[in-house]
Amino acid sequence: MKRISLRLALPALLLLLWWTTSARSTSPFYPPLSEVLVSFRETWLFARFGSDVVPSLVRLLAGLLIASVVGVALGVALGRSAPLARAMNPAVQFCRSVPGTALIPVSVVLLGIGDGAKIGVIAFVCAFPVLLNTVDAVRGIDPQLEDVARSYRLTRAQRLSSVLLPAAAPQIFAGVRTALGMAFIMMVVTELYAATDGVGFVTVSARNSFDVPGMWAGTVLLGLLGVSLTALFLALQRRVLRWHIGMTERN
Amino acid sequence: MLSVTHLRKTYGSGGQAVEAIRDLTLTVGKGEFVCIVGPSGAGKTTLLKCLCGLLAPSDGTVTLDGEPVTGPPKAMASVFQDYSRSLMPWFSVERNVGLPLRNKHRSAADRAKRIEGALAAVGLESFGSRYPWELSGGMQQRVAIARGLAYEPEILLLDEPFASVDAQTRADLEDLILRVREATGVTMLLVTHDIDEAVYLADRVVVMSARPSVVVETVAVDLPRPRDQVATKSLARFAELRAHVLRLIRNTADQPAPAAPAAVTGAAHED
Repeated sequence: MKRISLRLALPALLLLLWWTTSARSTSPFYPPLSEVLVSFRETWLFARFGSDVVPSLVRLLAGLLIASVVGVALGVALGRSAPLARAMNPAVQFCRSVPGTALIPVSVVLLGIGDGAKIGVIAFVCAFPVLLNTVDAVRGIDPQLEDVARSYRLTRAQRLSSVLLPAAAPQIFAGVRTALGMAFIMMVVTELYAATDGVGFVTVSARNSFDVPGMWAGTVLLGLLGVSLTALFLALQRRVLRWHIGMTERN
Repeated sequence: MLSVTHLRKTYGSGGQAVEAIRDLTLTVGKGEFVCIVGPSGAGKTTLLKCLCGLLAPSDGTVTLDGEPVTGPPKAMASVFQDYSRSLMPWFSVERNVGLPLRNKHRSAADRAKRIEGALAAVGLESFGSRYPWELSGGMQQRVAIARGLAYEPEILLLDEPFASVDAQTRADLEDLILRVREATGVTMLLVTHDIDEAVYLADRVVVMSARPSVVVETVAVDLPRPRDQVATKSLARFAELRAHVLRLIRNTADQPAPAAPAAVTGAAHED
């Protein structure tokens, strides 16, 4: 109880601050929080939920999923084979260095303004933290565990599923967590540039039509979505990595 | 029967080559308990890796029941020195023991029976659903032994299995291994640097020299069985055998093996 109230104290204080400073605001760009909340309720609860929030989240999760699968698969391959890693490294470093936002114009030209282009950009950007963490994790696997796996004649598939991936899982999760943050940014950015739906699209449309409370409401929603996604991800991680958390706490 | 003939193992090549094992010949008969003992830095772990098919020898042959060992054989199971690095921390004790069984027994019931039997043999029947890191070091090594037993090998290779536990646990585990061997008749090949342990456990003790290793002498241990930590170790014969093996090891550790002076520096490092 004490811990929960401690956690909620600062957010409550900030909300109070926002409420009082904005209550008598005359600036059209800093509307009273009450108006923002009204706009929030009208727009997001739940008028545009299905038409805009869901498409945004679907694109984000699809991109993140593709990035995770590709990043882990490629990461295992590069982590196992030093020659392959050497051959791929320049290309990986180049692609990683291209800012994700710079890819949007290219993706629009190549793939159009549909979901495919947006998912593609999100997946491309998010694959790198997963990839690099996986490579690192696979390289760091204790050779003794591999001796055990070999001496008990585990098949390649068993070595992958029972030794390699679980051993690499803590680092893979750290990579996916980084990727989640990037996916969220890319989700919004792809919707600002060329889009017909999505939270980012609605937010920037509100600004373009001088609906300032609507713009603020969209931004608040994005913050809430980000917090919720992170919380969900951490819950998943706690489940999957229960052994790792238990072991680390013990030592 | 495990048979090793003129085994040689060199790491690296050219001027940087390290000769770990020069020439080893030994046999382990069915049901026998053989301990290989050697000074720190003798290629003990290298030898075991060659025997269990994880390393290819540079020269010579290893055969198990007449079949040359070119990869890990089905009839062989290994217990490694460092239990904390040989068990999968993400699996429960049961799953650790059962992991190697999937390719041997298709039916889950068959596997469960063997897991249960092996855990009972090491006294851990009520710990199957725990994680290894929830257990003490000695219990973890018992899990590793249970994994080896559940595999139902003809021969169990143990690489300094009790080196990382305290003295009391060590004595308990030694007796556990003797009981298991009594109950199952499995052939045991145990590598150790502990002379007392080797003499206490073995039917025969193979004494290895420091690098580059050769067999110095094979000592038959004519102590009565069943062995007992107090009674056996109080026997005059135990002291004699112990002293004899110690003398052999002292002598080989002091003298570089002939015609390989460069390799002596390598002997300072445990492999």
